[in-house]
Amino acid sequence: MQTSITNTPTRYGWAMILLHWLIGILFIGQFALGFVMVRIESQRAAFELIQLHKSFGFLLLGLIILRIAWRLGNKPPPLPSRVAALERRTAPLAHLALYAFQVALPLSGWALVSVSTLEIPTMPFNLFVMPNLPLAESDAAESFWASAHWYLAYAGIALAALHVAAALRHHFLLRDSVLTRMITPSSAGE
Amino acid sequence: MHARILGLAVAAACLAMPVYAAVVLGDAAGSYTISQAGSSVRFTIGKAGGGGFDGAFARFKGTIRIDNNDVGRSKVDLTIYPESVGTGQGRIDAFLRSDAVFDAANSPEIQFRSTSVARTGDTTALVTGRLTARGKTSTEKFTAELDGLKAGTIRFHVTGKVLRSRYGMDVGTPLYSNVVDFDMTLTGRRG
Repeated sequence: MQTSITNTPTRYGWAMILLHWLIGILFIGQFALGFVMVRIESQRAAFELIQLHKSFGFLLLGLIILRIAWRLGNKPPPLPSRVAALERRTAPLAHLALYAFQVALPLSGWALVSVSTLEIPTMPFNLFVMPNLPLAESDAAESFWASAHWYLAYAGIALAALHVAAALRHHFLLRDSVLTRMITPSSAGE
Repeated sequence: MHARILGLAVAAACLAMPVYAAVVLGDAAGSYTISQAGSSVRFTIGKAGGGGFDGAFARFKGTIRIDNNDVGRSKVDLTIYPESVGTGQGRIDAFLRSDAVFDAANSPEIQFRSTSVARTGDTTALVTGRLTARGKTSTEKFTAELDGLKAGTIRFHVTGKVLRSRYGMDVGTPLYSNVVDFDMTLTGRRG
């Protein structure tokens, strides 16, 4: 049975599944890295972890753009017929919010490094220099974007936790295919 | 040999600035104490994507000894206190002082001791010496140019490039260049 890259009427294709898990794992990793890098005592380690956080942030931004483009061209399979009407209305809103956070989080980080008075260059994985966003640098702007990035990160992780809880509820309580179809890709025969 | 160099230096200086005419050749020989007034120890580090950041050390001390007969026997000692680093950005200063870069608490001094001085022109010399920072010592070369000579006071403009990775200070490469460009004005007062 050959797996399919695209979605089918009942299943997700492997491209969507791969992007989903890759972004999910990277986002949780970024949250943990961000949490540690601002608390670690060694300034050298902090500096290097912050650069790593910036690198992964840009990788995430690239993956998210790809994911949104893919999502727009690939209609996801509808929810199983047993899903209640309330969830049928709220699930797409939750997913839209998840997408909004995926875009807003790396962008707010990019804004933060762009306006920072430290003027530290950004080189994702030391490969190339990423230009700053055309925003005026100042201590006030840096402080604003640092707060924005922080709040978005906590709100994003809370939303992701809700998303995980909903998936587990589908799998263990409702015993439907909502979680498993995001694990096993659609096949060419479907 | 050295007398001739200084003679040329003084002659060149005289052409440019008549005030040096008052200098008697023998006056230049001797020991000088580097004075913070009239001196500066500045540096620049290039950044990826262009530009760079500048800093300076506010506190340093040293001596310049000019041998009257043999320029090669002239000596320069310079001690820089990294705690006094200033870049105009407090957070960067704190970072530089921390164990990420200078570790000023445990390595409070950066020392340069010249091992040889070689004349390269009428008013210039190549100063080679041992630079010690954070417990690591390496040979470095600086170009010194006589910049002023008055009775009792001598001034050199000193430039040189130092690879910070040699001293365990490679944090931030390649975002920030490994090459530190030094630009110093050292004014010595006799005594």
